[in-house]
Amino acid sequence: MVGILEDKDRIFTNLYGFHDWGLEGAKQRGAWNSTKDILSYGAEWIITNVKNSGLRGRGGAGFSTGLKWSFMPKEVKDRPHYLVVNADESEPGTCKDREIMRHDPHLLIEGCLIASFSMQAHACYIYLRGEYVLERERMEAAVKQAYEAKLIGKNNVHGWDFDVYIHHGAGAYICGEETALLESLEGKKGQPRLKPPFPAGSGLYGCPTTVNNVESIAVVGTILRRGAAWFASFGAPNNAGTKLFCVSGHVNKPCNVEEAMSVPFRQLIEDHCGGIRGGWGNLKAVIPGGSSVPMITAEQCENLPMDFDSLRNLKSGLGTAAVIVMDKSTDLIRAIARLSYFYKHESCGQCTPCREGTGWMWRVMERMVKGDADPSEIDTLLEVTTQVEGHTICALGDAAAWPIQGLIRHFRHEIEDRITLYRSSKGNFAGHTIAAE
Amino acid sequence: MAVRRLAKEQPASFTFSAETLEKANWWIAKYPESRRQSAVIPILWLVQKQEGWVSEPAITAIAKLLGMPQIRVFEVATFYTMFMLEPVGSAALIQVCGTTPCMLRGSDALMKVCKEKIGPKDKLSKDGKFTWQEVECLGACCNAPMAQINDYFYEDLTPENLAQIIDDFAAGKSPKAGPYNGRHTSEPLGGAQTLLDPKLYDGSAAKAVKIPNAPEATSPGTEVKA
Repeated sequence: MVGILEDKDRIFTNLYGFHDWGLEGAKQRGAWNSTKDILSYGAEWIITNVKNSGLRGRGGAGFSTGLKWSFMPKEVKDRPHYLVVNADESEPGTCKDREIMRHDPHLLIEGCLIASFSMQAHACYIYLRGEYVLERERMEAAVKQAYEAKLIGKNNVHGWDFDVYIHHGAGAYICGEETALLESLEGKKGQPRLKPPFPAGSGLYGCPTTVNNVESIAVVGTILRRGAAWFASFGAPNNAGTKLFCVSGHVNKPCNVEEAMSVPFRQLIEDHCGGIRGGWGNLKAVIPGGSSVPMITAEQCENLPMDFDSLRNLKSGLGTAAVIVMDKSTDLIRAIARLSYFYKHESCGQCTPCREGTGWMWRVMERMVKGDADPSEIDTLLEVTTQVEGHTICALGDAAAWPIQGLIRHFRHEIEDRITLYRSSKGNFAGHTIAAE
Repeated sequence: MAVRRLAKEQPASFTFSAETLEKANWWIAKYPESRRQSAVIPILWLVQKQEGWVSEPAITAIAKLLGMPQIRVFEVATFYTMFMLEPVGSAALIQVCGTTPCMLRGSDALMKVCKEKIGPKDKLSKDGKFTWQEVECLGACCNAPMAQINDYFYEDLTPENLAQIIDDFAAGKSPKAGPYNGRHTSEPLGGAQTLLDPKLYDGSAAKAVKIPNAPEATSPGTEVKA
């Protein structure tokens, strides 16, 4: 056996699409099994069991999914309730929801029904990023199958009238932020809203809304079928469950894989991904949870459980479990400068620190790639990251700051060396301060 | 943010094709009656599929269809980078992912091929057949490096593969999308090492199950109540 999770405990049994994605295939693999029984136990039972399973949101923040559901109003009053599924998967390194949508779409649709029922929502919108055209076609086809089989829709076999609508964006990373997503779904620019009010009070069209990641919703049916204790039995305490890991970069065999939470980093890489390119000793740094989290060093990866708490203790994060591996051939300054460009490109422009700061940080990073900078600018850059971080409506400002902070925290010497090298190649280097006079 | 403006040269008019209009109405029906504006992104996309790009007369027509101020459609069209604000290649729009996970696995070399075969980025090629762009993470990082060509993803590319794909599009063919290194999807190269247990696929998972922790008072099959 490879890894620590056994096949019998995997939720996404068609992760790679070797089997039928359609309704019949999905049913054979367990989807839609006893869904009616689950609903018959009532909303409170569902929410309690999701809470007890220890499921933490799979979109990056890691907030308890069951607890989030419990924030919705207990009774439907003048405004309908909505579930919105965030399928805007755009965090660099992350490519897991895509596999769920094109290969196991019925697990997602079933999860939408269960989640919506528990929050008394009769309608759910699934917001896919615009680039996922194939995935959208697949989701539309799967939703059609579910309607035809009367699993969803008016007067369906489950006894809870329920509509699923597929929606799409058009290439804006910021729409992965839940309130920007809602703005976009309302047909506007994707600019995040101030919170409060939180979506549970006033979300889509001003109605109570819960926004959940695809993976968080798609695992719910299986969790309830197999029991909260089953799911909670994987991973370290407070980091429960199985998890899709997306491993990219300098490994021999990049892949998506479902593993137990808290799987040791080295085992994840060596068992599933054919090891680091050039061997374990060739590892330089890892961005463990999608581009927004600070990088960690090879030394920190030695005995590292891949979970929320362990990575937070290293001042990084599990994020979306998108593991970007970099070997010793990597120009780390350039790797991070490219991310700075990404954030500059994707800033929605609403908050000044982010709109101006992301461009400024990117331009300085580009000079640092060449070494065309003054060593004191490293501290200035660090200072600017802290001016952006925490001073914007949404977390994009933080996300732009953290990769640079991670780089300086662990590899400041590389930036300094680059500057020295640049200067030594220039013969008569006069320095910026003199040149400015 | 990126500076995005409408093209200097604009067509005199725009008309929805019957097919586009039918699809547009299908989208509009997905949202509450008073929320037609929700369909603006999907309809801009349909228009782009019809015309190849988004023109000013098209923006005006969409505003009218949805009962929105024109400026609001204009805002959306310029905010979202998938909307092409000027004509693009007739054979293929090639969008190479350049973000770090793809960069680590050789997207520079892919962009070099595009430059050599097509010309500078973001510009229509001389023969009008191609446009290529560097875009941000497309969400297929386990299959890096990759490019989106027209609607679909071309993954695990080498410069040689991509050159061939461009030649094929130029010759009027439709090269297949997906991974180009022999993989099925995002399993490890050489074959999946997990999900091999035949019991997962023999139908045993479809047999009736007893739900754990079921409340004692309720028996399965009773009426659903929220």
